[in-house]
Amino acid sequence: MEQQENKVIIELDNVKRDFIVGAETVHALRGVSFKVYEGEFVTIMGTSGSGKSTLLNQLGCLDTPTSGEYYLDGVSVRTMSKRQRAKLRNQKIGFVFQSYNLLPKTTSVENVELPLMYNKRYNAGQRREAAIKALEAVGLGDRLYHKSNQMSGGQMQRVAIARALVNDPAVILADEATGNLDTRTSFEMLVLFQKLHAEGRTIIFVTHNPEIAKYSSRNITLRDGKIRSDEINADRLSAADTLAQLPKPVDD
Amino acid sequence: MNFYNLFKIALRAIWSNKFRSFLSMLGIIIGVAAVIIMMSIGQGSKESVRKNISQMGTNIIMIRPGAEWRGGVRRDPSAMQTLKIDDYEKILSQKSYISNVSPEVTSSGQAINGANNTSTSLYGETPEYMEIKQWAVKDGDVFTDEDVKKNAKVCLIGKTVADELFPNGQDPVGKTIRFKSIPLRVVGVLKSKGYNSFGMDQDNLIIAPYTTVMKRVLAQTYLSSINCSALTEEMTENAVEELTQILRTNHKLSGDAENDFTIRSQEEMMQTMSSTMDTITIILVVAAAFSLLVAGIGIMNIMLVSVTERTREIGLRMSIGARGLDISNQFLLESIMISITGGLLGLLVGYLGTLACSFFHLPTSIPLWSILVSFAVCTLIGIVFGYFPAQKAANMDPIEAIRYE
Repeated sequence: MEQQENKVIIELDNVKRDFIVGAETVHALRGVSFKVYEGEFVTIMGTSGSGKSTLLNQLGCLDTPTSGEYYLDGVSVRTMSKRQRAKLRNQKIGFVFQSYNLLPKTTSVENVELPLMYNKRYNAGQRREAAIKALEAVGLGDRLYHKSNQMSGGQMQRVAIARALVNDPAVILADEATGNLDTRTSFEMLVLFQKLHAEGRTIIFVTHNPEIAKYSSRNITLRDGKIRSDEINADRLSAADTLAQLPKPVDD
Repeated sequence: MNFYNLFKIALRAIWSNKFRSFLSMLGIIIGVAAVIIMMSIGQGSKESVRKNISQMGTNIIMIRPGAEWRGGVRRDPSAMQTLKIDDYEKILSQKSYISNVSPEVTSSGQAINGANNTSTSLYGETPEYMEIKQWAVKDGDVFTDEDVKKNAKVCLIGKTVADELFPNGQDPVGKTIRFKSIPLRVVGVLKSKGYNSFGMDQDNLIIAPYTTVMKRVLAQTYLSSINCSALTEEMTENAVEELTQILRTNHKLSGDAENDFTIRSQEEMMQTMSSTMDTITIILVVAAAFSLLVAGIGIMNIMLVSVTERTREIGLRMSIGARGLDISNQFLLESIMISITGGLLGLLVGYLGTLACSFFHLPTSIPLWSILVSFAVCTLIGIVFGYFPAQKAANMDPIEAIRYE
């Protein structure tokens, strides 16, 4: 386990999650414990059925543990109501999904503003300002008013990442965020994630692609609802270097 | 999420599905338009009936022989002989709420002028009858009280009678016509009143002094009825009471004896007519309101489709912090906007439809309250039929919703 003086952002203490399917009980998580410190870039890997989606739902406060405790930024999530968890998600978590989930026919800026719409502390001006800042941070400063259906997959995922950043979350949760993208664009995304990591963001990246683990600072592998390995990645690769080595796309 | 943003989201959702939104509005449009048109026709007919009746005079009071219909075997009122000239004279001398009184005897038969003849009614009256029924004379003059005293063989004829008996455009005034072989000199032609709202030709009549009709034509001593007019419309009730007292005293009816006459006021008739029209209007409006119900179900259907279609959007909104309430408000507002927009368009269509109806000479009049009511009903439909889809959206599990394919 990493010995850091940094603040603990996420703490799971023997988290179990059971689902009752018909007469059977499925143990999706069978006691998972780990801590994530501020500024870490953690990949969570596992094959399908390993419990990584269930874990992601727990981390994202979309679900609550059957037993065990989950502390997000020091707050226990297990006993929270739906309403309280919605507020927590709004303020502490930034989601990036595999399929972007942008609102159709809506501009980048409006998509990015969306989380702040559900936060009463922001007025229209502050929302716009924060959204533009987030879009500039992901390199889309020149595409503020492009609509989602006028953009490429990579651009859409950048908008989604900007949307995850806009509320200045405690942790960014990426769920197979490169799964729908080609190799080159995938590496562009990894470059962006590494940049955000370098800026001090805490990132948890759930994936089944082992290659991505090479670019994170720490890798947790799940199998059958338990942690199989939890390793610090001492010599992580630079996604920018890998991207530079990729053959240039040939124009027809 | 504040109202303005919700409004923008709902507007965008409606706008991005223009055709579908319009189709679901169509039910509301048709429903509201139908309600408005039905109400305006109902109201318009009511007003036109009222106008027709008040043209006849709203303060008219009619006294007929015979009791009110209350079971038992009754004789034909026209065969009853309880109203006498004496009653008329008593009313004349004791009246205080009544301005004009005219005894009436009627007969029907053929009127003849040379080779022309027509079937018509003869009314025996006093000159005051002209005031009571608001008749005016177009050519010539009304016969006088002197004529009444002398049983003079004079008469006034309605336009229809004039046209039938004098087809060549001759001036009837001064000519003598015959009614049941009694010669009557025409002293005036009545101004036309046209058909009344029951479809009767009001101009097919001859008016003569009641004494003439009683003595020379019918040879009878009783009256068919007495027409009076109250001083003002408001005094009608007092006048009816007064007349009842005068007649009961004159007919020597003791305490609980039944009246042997019936007093009817025009006001009463008008109320009867109005309530009939109201019933018809209610039936029409209820029929139209059912189409609003169907329209509401249509909106609910579309909203359910919309919720299912946007499952992922709902999942996304929830995962970035929307509460169930935010989501349900979003969809509720959308359905309310659809139904209110539909309602406004329906008002417009209804208004145009009303114009079209009046173009085809249907009496119409849009009551203001019907506009307010249909607006309120639309909002209600939006809320009621939007509630279930909105709840469905709000109760979605974000985990499943975000991965919905």
